[in-house]
Amino acid sequence: MLNITSISKGLVIDHIKPGLGLKIFKYLKLDEADFTVALIINAISEKHGRKDIIKIENKIDIDLAMLGFLDPNITVNIIEDEVIIDKINLTLPDTVENIIECKNPRCITAEERDITHKFVLINRDKGLYKCQYCDQIYS
Amino acid sequence: MLKGRNLVDPRDFTTEELDSIFAFTKEIINRPEEFAHLCDGKILGTLFYEPSTRTRFSFEAAMLRLGGKVIGFSEPGSSSVKKGESLADTLRTVGSYADIIAMRHHKEGAPQYGAKYCPVPLINAGDGGHQHPTQTLTDLYTILESKGSLNNLTIGFCGDLQFGRTVHSLIKAMSRYENIRFILISPIELQVPEYIKTEVLGQHGLNYVEGERLEDVIGELDILYMTRVQKERFFNEADYIRLKDSYILDLRKLESAKDDLAILHPLPRVNEISMEVDADPRAKYFQQVKNGMYVRMALIAKLLGVR
Ligand SMILES: [Zn+2]
Repeated sequence: MLNITSISKGLVIDHIKPGLGLKIFKYLKLDEADFTVALIINAISEKHGRKDIIKIENKIDIDLAMLGFLDPNITVNIIEDEVIIDKINLTLPDTVENIIECKNPRCITAEERDITHKFVLINRDKGLYKCQYCDQIYS
Repeated sequence: MLKGRNLVDPRDFTTEELDSIFAFTKEIINRPEEFAHLCDGKILGTLFYEPSTRTRFSFEAAMLRLGGKVIGFSEPGSSSVKKGESLADTLRTVGSYADIIAMRHHKEGAPQYGAKYCPVPLINAGDGGHQHPTQTLTDLYTILESKGSLNNLTIGFCGDLQFGRTVHSLIKAMSRYENIRFILISPIELQVPEYIKTEVLGQHGLNYVEGERLEDVIGELDILYMTRVQKERFFNEADYIRLKDSYILDLRKLESAKDDLAILHPLPRVNEISMEVDADPRAKYFQQVKNGMYVRMALIAKLLGVR
């Protein structure tokens, strides 16, 4: 059993869908970090079989809406003095901005510079979002 | 109150707000001279990123008949847009000169994006294959004028229902009225998109049927909305040959239609309605063109708050 040093003050992003850990790691620019960071891939999970985990020895600001959009099953644990002081369960956000791009080539987002790519949740059960400009559905 | 509002999507206005536009449209049709100076001193900007002479003329004629003036471009090649100006900057600039703007754009969602930066009311004059709300107002007014009500109607749409934005917009708009039944006539390949069936027709629990042949259902219709169906839209020649005649409306097919049927078409027509139908009192498509200008007059006046 692989043992990863626990952290004393920082964040643990847990229950990440296997394979998504590296993507989140890069999105949070943790490859550029000057503090201790651990990316654990394919850890054994009691609930889901396998999972990825990211441990961050620092209190950084992370976009919880983005994390929830990528994987609503993620939990974020906040650590102080080696104990979990807060556990945040994520959900699909009502809107996402500048995370995904509209695939409709006829959409205004394909042409205009500096435009915010904004998607609105239209069906929570199916995880369906639609482009706020052209109504194209993203799933 | 419509003063200062935008018209981007056909459902931006409530049915009550539409009623007020249609009531004013009727007043203008009855006494146009009374409103010939309603917009004196006001300027309409027409920004047509994609040429559409008919729609642009309709807006410009509407403003001129209200006593206002018009500025604009009919293709972006002749404007600063060619130099790479952003849509937001173009709207901010033209919005400093004009009191209201009508914009046709090739990209879908452009009016919704542009409205955030436009300092004056913005009217969507068509965005790609997405929406065409002023055509929808025109269609609704023509139906109201022909039938006296927007409720209790059986409406047939015939032709290319997949790519026709005017069809999508009108189905969305009509879905808000009472006791509406839709009959959708098209080749299998050109049926209305799935999202219209699930999101609009499905959600409202509306009564609709789909079919391939116009002559089978024409007798049930109160409204017949014809659109172009082009040969190249068919996947194979045999289907085209089998169905082509059933999508051409002629006097023989009209024999089994109701006496008070209203025939609409967003125009331009190619050959889907024979010329012999033009003289039939049920043909409303040229009246529809005229109504388009009057509806735009009413809309411009309401958004400017002069009425
Ligand atoms: Zn889009």
